[in-house]
Amino acid sequence: MTKSTFTRRGLLKTSALAAGTLAMPSVLRAQSVTEMTMLAWYGQAEPDAVAEFEALHNVKITPKYYTGGEQMLALLAQSPPGTYDLIHADAEYVQQLVGANFVEELDAEDYPFDDFFPEFHNFPGHWHNDNLYAVISRFGFLGVSHNLDAISVNEAMSYDVLWDEKLRGKVGHFDWHLPNLGVLSLRDGNAHAYDIDAAAWDKLQETTLSLKPQVRGFYDYGGVLSSLKSGEVTAMPGIGEWITGVLRRDGANVTTTIPEQGGIQFTESFSIGRGSQKADLAKKFIQHVSSPDGQFNLANLNVFPAIIPSKIGWDRMIAERPDDARHLGMFKEDGNAIDLIRQGRIHIRKLPVQQDLEDWNDFWSAYKSA
Amino acid sequence: MKRNVSRKRLSHLAYSGLWSLPLPIWLALFFLGPIILLVWLSFWDVRNFALTPDFQLENWQKILGTDYFWWAYLRTFLIALSGAALTTLVALPCAIAISFFLSMRARLIVLSLFVVPFFTSYLVRIYSWQIYLTENGIVMKTLGFLGFEIDSLLNSPLALMVGLVTLTLPLVVVIQSISMLSLDRTLIDAAYNLGCGPRRVLFTTVLPAARPGIVIGALFAFIFCFGDFVTATYLGGGRFTTLSILIADTVKSGQQWPRAAVIALIMIATLLLSALASITFAYRKN
Repeated sequence: MTKSTFTRRGLLKTSALAAGTLAMPSVLRAQSVTEMTMLAWYGQAEPDAVAEFEALHNVKITPKYYTGGEQMLALLAQSPPGTYDLIHADAEYVQQLVGANFVEELDAEDYPFDDFFPEFHNFPGHWHNDNLYAVISRFGFLGVSHNLDAISVNEAMSYDVLWDEKLRGKVGHFDWHLPNLGVLSLRDGNAHAYDIDAAAWDKLQETTLSLKPQVRGFYDYGGVLSSLKSGEVTAMPGIGEWITGVLRRDGANVTTTIPEQGGIQFTESFSIGRGSQKADLAKKFIQHVSSPDGQFNLANLNVFPAIIPSKIGWDRMIAERPDDARHLGMFKEDGNAIDLIRQGRIHIRKLPVQQDLEDWNDFWSAYKSA
Repeated sequence: MKRNVSRKRLSHLAYSGLWSLPLPIWLALFFLGPIILLVWLSFWDVRNFALTPDFQLENWQKILGTDYFWWAYLRTFLIALSGAALTTLVALPCAIAISFFLSMRARLIVLSLFVVPFFTSYLVRIYSWQIYLTENGIVMKTLGFLGFEIDSLLNSPLALMVGLVTLTLPLVVVIQSISMLSLDRTLIDAAYNLGCGPRRVLFTTVLPAARPGIVIGALFAFIFCFGDFVTATYLGGGRFTTLSILIADTVKSGQQWPRAAVIALIMIATLLLSALASITFAYRKN
């Protein structure tokens, strides 16, 4: 009969071996995870947006969030090439990304443009000298967002409602000049909201200043949500379903109406950062978000819902999320989002063409201070 | 003997030097250094949204030449002055009660309670005020129940003052109380013995003697109010463009850090001058 002896050293050795064996798969998995960096608007690289792709490709996406295209450009200007593998940007800044050589050229053949509505096959701003630099991911319209208890959709069909006596002290502004001045430029009757001559620019400033007595405040993203939800503000020009869609999820009786004078379109897109060491993986990410599944997911992001350019994505939204699809304008009948674009009522948000961006910035500061 | 004395003196100098060393190091690293950097930055340029070292006066000319900067400056100064005056007035009776009418035990408890607000972030306290002051908040509902029809308290000058007093009151009460507690009580007894009534004792003995504490408290309140961003944004709704909001706007729009540096330097200069004037007044001999 052999005598078995348990020593403390033996026990420790056995435990360490067992723990090591058990932990090995996760250690190996952790070692093989590839890290990819993404420069994006806030909330666009949260788990609901990227977890599926991360699991599929064993990758970890590390976001760097920015607020505003100018901050994005500044971050890129201060970072060495290759710092960001993926860049999520609004269309009006893509040309500046191209001009500053911050993004790689893309091959249109790599992406399912045939699945998209024709309006997005050669989307202005994403192409430069017939070369593609960004792929549209989603978009939305900006008009008048309003509380339906205070203003009906019919009333909101004209921007003039903002000057209505009953809205005195009840109009709010999202604190960014481009969308606000864009919709007010349409209200002035300008055919191109951002391409206006000196006389139209003077008139736009006059129009905007005349709105000041109606204005309750200037808000950031959180402030816009809380002021519309609490009823402190009942109408806001220059915002859209990206705000009211979030509030409706929370039970607020709000919507966004695109007035007869027209609305502004914001457009999100993805590009591959110049000098990225993971350009193939970044390409796979863009292909993933352009696929029908990826598009359906993008339409319903927690940060805010938006319209998608994919026709198959629309079908899935109509079948699975009919209410959200209708509010966003993704329905088959007349008057849907694509119809509005085809009728010429939607104008793409741009940087000012005939004035310096600084002039618009300065006027906005003066308006806030008036 | 002489050598012993000089060695002792050297050792004393080394000892006091050691204790004094952190002060200049701290000031150099966290005051002088950043100020020099800020001055330097104010002459830089921004090209393609990126900061570029340069030496040009355009940022100063631009900021000093715009009307909205001067309006924001005047507004900020008046808001800070009103905030400091209101806080001083609200704090004064509290400090008098703490210093003269409470027992030692009660005094310690009350002073501790004034420190409690610092346990919570100022931003959180201001957000809480939003809930109270908003359209459907408790304050508005109570006022409505009492028959007062007010549109909303949020984004009003009153909301601004509520936020600024929330920010500064605890500190000002503590400063004023410390100042009054350190008064020479025999002066007060002497005033009573000479036949002064309580009101006269307060105005001719207590307040003049506590003047340094009252003025320094008001100065701190002014400094906090002058630079505050949170209240002006979240209770003022951005309607009252202050210099802090203007700095944020300047950076947000066009990444104009050099112009923001100009505004910051003007704010620092204003606060330094205000501090010098206040301290001179506080310790001025009658």
